Amino acid sequence: MLSHEEIEEIQDALSHCEKKRAAGLDALKIVQRHRGWVSDESLKDVAEILDMSPSELDSVATFYSLIFRRPVGRHVILLCDSVSCWVMGYESVYDTLKRKLGIVFGETTKDGRFTLLPHPCLGACDRAPAMMVDNELYGPLDEGLIDQILNSCE
Amino acid sequence: MEKPLTQNMNPNRKPFSLDEYEQAGGYEAMRLALTSMEPAEIRTLVEKAGLRGRGGAGFSTGRKWGFVPMGPDAPKPKYLTINADEMEPATFKDRVLMEGDPHQLIEGIIITAFTIQAETAYIFIRQCYTEASRRLTKAINETYAKGYLGKNILETGFNLELHLHESAGRYICGEETALLNALEGKRPNPRSKPPFPPVVGLWGKPTITNNVETACNIPHIVKNGAEWYRSLSRVGDGGTKIYGASGKVNTPGAFELPLGTTLREIIEHHAGGMKPGTKLKAILPGGASTGLLTPDHLDVKMDFDSVQAAGSRMGTGTLVAIDEKTCIVGLVLNLVRFFARESCGWCTPCREGLPWVVKLLSAIEHGDGRPEDLEQLKHQIRFIAPGRTFCPLGPGAMDPLKSALHYFEEDFKRHIQEKKCPWT
Repeated sequence: MLSHEEIEEIQDALSHCEKKRAAGLDALKIVQRHRGWVSDESLKDVAEILDMSPSELDSVATFYSLIFRRPVGRHVILLCDSVSCWVMGYESVYDTLKRKLGIVFGETTKDGRFTLLPHPCLGACDRAPAMMVDNELYGPLDEGLIDQILNSCE
Repeated sequence: MEKPLTQNMNPNRKPFSLDEYEQAGGYEAMRLALTSMEPAEIRTLVEKAGLRGRGGAGFSTGRKWGFVPMGPDAPKPKYLTINADEMEPATFKDRVLMEGDPHQLIEGIIITAFTIQAETAYIFIRQCYTEASRRLTKAINETYAKGYLGKNILETGFNLELHLHESAGRYICGEETALLNALEGKRPNPRSKPPFPPVVGLWGKPTITNNVETACNIPHIVKNGAEWYRSLSRVGDGGTKIYGASGKVNTPGAFELPLGTTLREIIEHHAGGMKPGTKLKAILPGGASTGLLTPDHLDVKMDFDSVQAAGSRMGTGTLVAIDEKTCIVGLVLNLVRFFARESCGWCTPCREGLPWVVKLLSAIEHGDGRPEDLEQLKHQIRFIAPGRTFCPLGPGAMDPLKSALHYFEEDFKRHIQEKKCPWT
């Protein structure tokens, strides 16, 4: 069941759209903001509001790499693995993160604190190697900065 | 040297508010356009100025606008979408423009929408540009409050609604027709063309999609004229360009320079030259989908025609400097892997061909390559080619590979002969 707050926010998104389905991504993001991810049940609830079939909405949801259809950690790390960061030492940053967190791409730490994902170019090539944690961008990364960032996440 | 696009920017403070932007001469072009110019006059001016689309394709902006049906019988409503998806690897120029001077973009949008008589505009921005989104949201709210967006702007009867659409990843959303499908709430595969969006676009109505940097140029052309705009450039096309440099240079960054500045000037002067102990081996001139160039090309001018004549594309104009200690096979593997991951899966050459190329390159990079793999790679380049796919993603992925095999085939052969990566 979607919360009253979620439904209200989705209705507000709908009021800006020419057709209901156009609010699909916004609605999925609203649910994700409240719950961290989009479960099958939530997806069905959203589809009903949008007059879409769940599978139709899921074909949109699963297309986007930043709509999470599985639970994620409290903090999501998006590590840039594109060309400028690769040239500037992305691989050693990934090694450092793997070592410190004990997980590889696509995994969540056992304490539910971090999920680690690769992401295309963050548009921070002048600060390579870079990563994004939650909504903040960091770079150029070295082991000291990585420690600092990880420690600041509860 | 005039730098119209970045003149209001200062990295040490917040971007201009609406009032500050107006004090610096902002929104004068909008006033001029809406109150004293006809849409056709603005379109002709922009075409004469020689502005070519800054998203990478380099098509004449004025001519593109000319494909939109005009007049009382034209289909309604019409739409303007601004492509702020900027997910081309190595590209960060639009981020600089949106974070540095959001009102400049909004003014460009208002004039462009007026020119094609669109009453709804969208800025399609990638999710990871959180700071740009925050600054644009604030600027859009200020603009509505001032009455420059909304109903009856400057009492001219022109209405414009501007929405910020925040995406959620996936490079393909930056392809014009995939972007339109995304805005309609569909799975963002590209569309089959024709029909083309200026005639049949968002919700089946005429739609122009312009890149952020393209739109930012519009107020300056309207205010200062076509002659002035052409005089900013060193080549036949008009304007300045936001170039970028990253990779093994001393001072990576974005630089506004005359269109047609050479690769040498960008790398050696503006980006501070190569880092100590490194030597330039290759240049990726304008994003992941552009072919590599070599130090022999340092005197090539960075504009659409000159880079094309040198066998590559200017693309987004944000280069990566690659040094001799970086493995070219590894570099190309990184690039093609990106495209394979971001393929939407709609057409076969891209969906099946790119992972195959990744497999071949990965084998070569890790010492498991066979001599016949090079022939297979060349076959794939011919197979994943323009005309065989619905959009340019797949063929774009082949450009760096093709150029790498052209200039650095020896590097591939060494991997195969030595059964390891000689660069690690």
